[in-house]
Amino acid sequence: MTAPVKSGRTFFLRPQDMIGIVILAILLLVVLPLTLDNFRLQFVGKYLTYAFVALGLVLCWGYAGILSLGQGVFFGLGGYCMAMFLKLEASSVENTKIQTTPGIPDFMDWNQITALPWFWEPFRSFGFTTIAVVLVPAFFALLVGYALFKRRVGGVYFAIITQALAAIMTILIIGQQGYTGGINGITDLRTLHGWDIRTDSAKTVLYFVCVALLIGCILLAYYVKSSKLGRILVAMRDKEDRVRFSGYDVSSFKIFVFCLAASLSAIGGAMFTLQVGFMSPSFVGIVPSIEMVIYTAVGGRLSILGAIYGTLLVNWAKTSFSESFPELWLFGLGGMFIAVVLIFPNGIAGLYQVYVAPHLGPLFGGAKRKVTPPAATPPAAGSAAPAAAE
Amino acid sequence: MFSDYSLAELGSIFVMQGFAGLILFSVFVLMALGLAIIFGQMGVINMAHGEFMILGAYVTYFTSQFFLNHLPALFTAYFFVAMILAFIASGALGMFIEWAMIRRLYKRPLDTLLATWGLSLILQQLYRSVFGPREVGVELPQWMMGSLPLTDTIEVQINGLFVMGLTIAITVVVAVLMYKSSWGKQVRAVVQNRVMAGAVGINTEKVDRYTFGLGCGIAGVAGSAFTMIGSTGPTSGQLYIVDTFLVVVFGGAQSLLGTIASAFTISQAQSTMEFFLSGSMAKVLTLLGVVIILMLRPQGLFVIKVRR
Amino acid sequence: MNAQPVITDAMNKDFVLAVEGLTVSFDGFKAVNDLSFYVDENEIRVIIGPNGAGKTTVLDLICGRTKATAGSIKFKDRELTRMKEHEIVRAGIGRKFQNPSIYEDLTVFENLEISYPKGRSVAGALAFRRDAAVKERVQEIAETIFLADQLDQRAEYLSHGQKQWLEIGMLLIQDPELLMLDEPVAGMSVSERKKTAELLNTIIKNRSVIVIEHDMKFVEDIAHKVTVLHQGKILSEGPMAKVQADPKVIEVYLGH
Repeated sequence: MTAPVKSGRTFFLRPQDMIGIVILAILLLVVLPLTLDNFRLQFVGKYLTYAFVALGLVLCWGYAGILSLGQGVFFGLGGYCMAMFLKLEASSVENTKIQTTPGIPDFMDWNQITALPWFWEPFRSFGFTTIAVVLVPAFFALLVGYALFKRRVGGVYFAIITQALAAIMTILIIGQQGYTGGINGITDLRTLHGWDIRTDSAKTVLYFVCVALLIGCILLAYYVKSSKLGRILVAMRDKEDRVRFSGYDVSSFKIFVFCLAASLSAIGGAMFTLQVGFMSPSFVGIVPSIEMVIYTAVGGRLSILGAIYGTLLVNWAKTSFSESFPELWLFGLGGMFIAVVLIFPNGIAGLYQVYVAPHLGPLFGGAKRKVTPPAATPPAAGSAAPAAAE
Repeated sequence: MFSDYSLAELGSIFVMQGFAGLILFSVFVLMALGLAIIFGQMGVINMAHGEFMILGAYVTYFTSQFFLNHLPALFTAYFFVAMILAFIASGALGMFIEWAMIRRLYKRPLDTLLATWGLSLILQQLYRSVFGPREVGVELPQWMMGSLPLTDTIEVQINGLFVMGLTIAITVVVAVLMYKSSWGKQVRAVVQNRVMAGAVGINTEKVDRYTFGLGCGIAGVAGSAFTMIGSTGPTSGQLYIVDTFLVVVFGGAQSLLGTIASAFTISQAQSTMEFFLSGSMAKVLTLLGVVIILMLRPQGLFVIKVRR
Repeated sequence: MNAQPVITDAMNKDFVLAVEGLTVSFDGFKAVNDLSFYVDENEIRVIIGPNGAGKTTVLDLICGRTKATAGSIKFKDRELTRMKEHEIVRAGIGRKFQNPSIYEDLTVFENLEISYPKGRSVAGALAFRRDAAVKERVQEIAETIFLADQLDQRAEYLSHGQKQWLEIGMLLIQDPELLMLDEPVAGMSVSERKKTAELLNTIIKNRSVIVIEHDMKFVEDIAHKVTVLHQGKILSEGPMAKVQADPKVIEVYLGH
């Protein structure tokens, strides 16, 4: 017996992961609420809903190498599920008595629809809605994933097809005004079981709910990452055939991680609707979907916590640029796409690993690393840089 | 719903709708040709393809303005000059981008996709800042306006016919270039075995650069033709990018014939359905149909079984 | 599909692997043409033949990587041609690729652990625990393949020979009944070659093995029976001495 096997940890979080999560939690739960005014904090809350999508993309794209350009679809599905519930509550008979058909959402009345469509009916129940938020997108992802992964469609083909799905979804929502609210989306959402979600205090409460859910999802992502499944995802990205010839049904793992990413995105979408008070097709289509990829790329495609910081950073930049130099923003965003590909493929997390971590103790991910972190060029497999992330 | 029309009228409607489909088909083919070269032959996903096309459209617009103001006598022929300029402008930009960006990414197709998306955002904003946010349209020379009556009830627009003719001509040139010329052989050699191609004395870097440039140049010509039937704005290119990629993928990325056949199928399906349904539903059903067929037959319509 | 199902069923019983009438054509080109051969329990079969003879394609067909156009492959009386790749692996067939196929981003330990035949479903992989049995087995295999002191090393940093051994180790941990090795010593240094021969001699006990190899010395050392493929067909089959004396084989190897 030579060198002892170190790889024997039983708990799914390493010490440096725990410290990272605690720091993030303190930042989001204490520092930001104390330093930002309500208005700014609500912005952060909105950004954090995108962080759910970025988190899903770390698992799906970073780890498994599956680039989905249709995550907006799932974000939207989650958001629309929640919006349908809230809209129904806002469209009580007394609220809508001036309509031709009272008791249905206003946009339906404007489109000469006289009865609530059947698929709206179950969204009167909050219980059903919360389940639907997670399961409807997962089911949709299951259909797409099953069809494509079983036939070994991957790489750029998968990306193009998911992008087409995002396009289809947007056109469908805009085209079917009477059922979906069209291009304006579902607006004028007011209360959740009688609790007015439009007030500042409600928004603060929702902010904390959002952070709590996000941390829950981060823990879930860490669990998946540290399980054998996480290592299989990395293995698949690298040598899919070897995994297959080690007795694994590769497609079922891809389907799983794609569905998981879809559900995570959808939770974000639902929280978006609650905090911002509406949902519209502008969060579903090609452009928002690919923008969500850049959050992950900037944070570091292999880093769970990096995805959160990446999302915050890109959105903060977007808001500040759009306020002062709207013209520069697209240049900046375009430049970011190019930079994360050509210059720092591991994003912020990669920079942290190379320049910051070595100066810190092992608890912060420094030391212990025998080999130098990977160079700036990811391997040929196409999608992913070597695992250098925390 | 047919009861309101007589049989003859119905026939005319189908012919006219078919003609509208043919114009859409021409646009698809023109855009897809460049992509088929870049994606099909080189395996590079160029999300900024639409912006290369729009560059060609802007070049055409400014050429038409120049002729209108300075050479009104030659205005009838401006389009041919514009087309050449568009090819050169888009092609040169393409070669520059290949040198600055694409050549570092040949082994990372997904990353190329993201980087070229970034490029497309930058180009869009550049067009907006330089040419203004408004859509511009060229003035057609006299001989291209109006329509040609075929029967009492059927007439076709001359500009549409012109674009179709142009499409056929460009397709033939590309086909000859890719399959008959020694340059086309070099491109295919590089695609199939880069190391070997280099070993037998092909300058692979040069072939890559010129191939990418050619694909972008053809996009420029497509943009030039596009001005004949529509107006040009900074974001016009993005409208077609998803459709074009679907056309290329649907046709089986390696096959020029497949690209043309799939462009024909998709455009005809869409324009025929547009008659029965709203435009948006026709689009949804077409795209959905393509996606579902791709799910069932992911290798595309035309593909050769190869040994792995 | 099969021309003589009646005879074969009776005969299959004794064989671990029975390949009959196997044909695959790529766009009209028959890479493997009406091929039949049988592998006994604990037999070591070496497949040799010139480049392009269809050797690797035969392995691809057995492990399900390529689908047969016609014919049957029976493994312990189970028809493989209709099974998915992972089902074939789970039935007890392991396959090593020509180029070392390992997970460069993972450590040696993790490479072996992934191949450990437990937790192969999604739920199983999520619930998988790295218990003492797993660690012990990984350690044991690592010692067999001379990598016990590299367990925490990322596989990327192994030498070419070590990568080949790691892949062999990944197959061993599955404990397959039929092991298929595609040129296991190709590209190795002389000393690595020697060590590999030694390694193969220990691991081929208690299982059937199909090896593709060019190194005749190596073939002579290990083969029970040799099958010579030429243009997708069997040219000669039998013990090494018989095959070497076969004029047809000499013609193919030396005549051209």
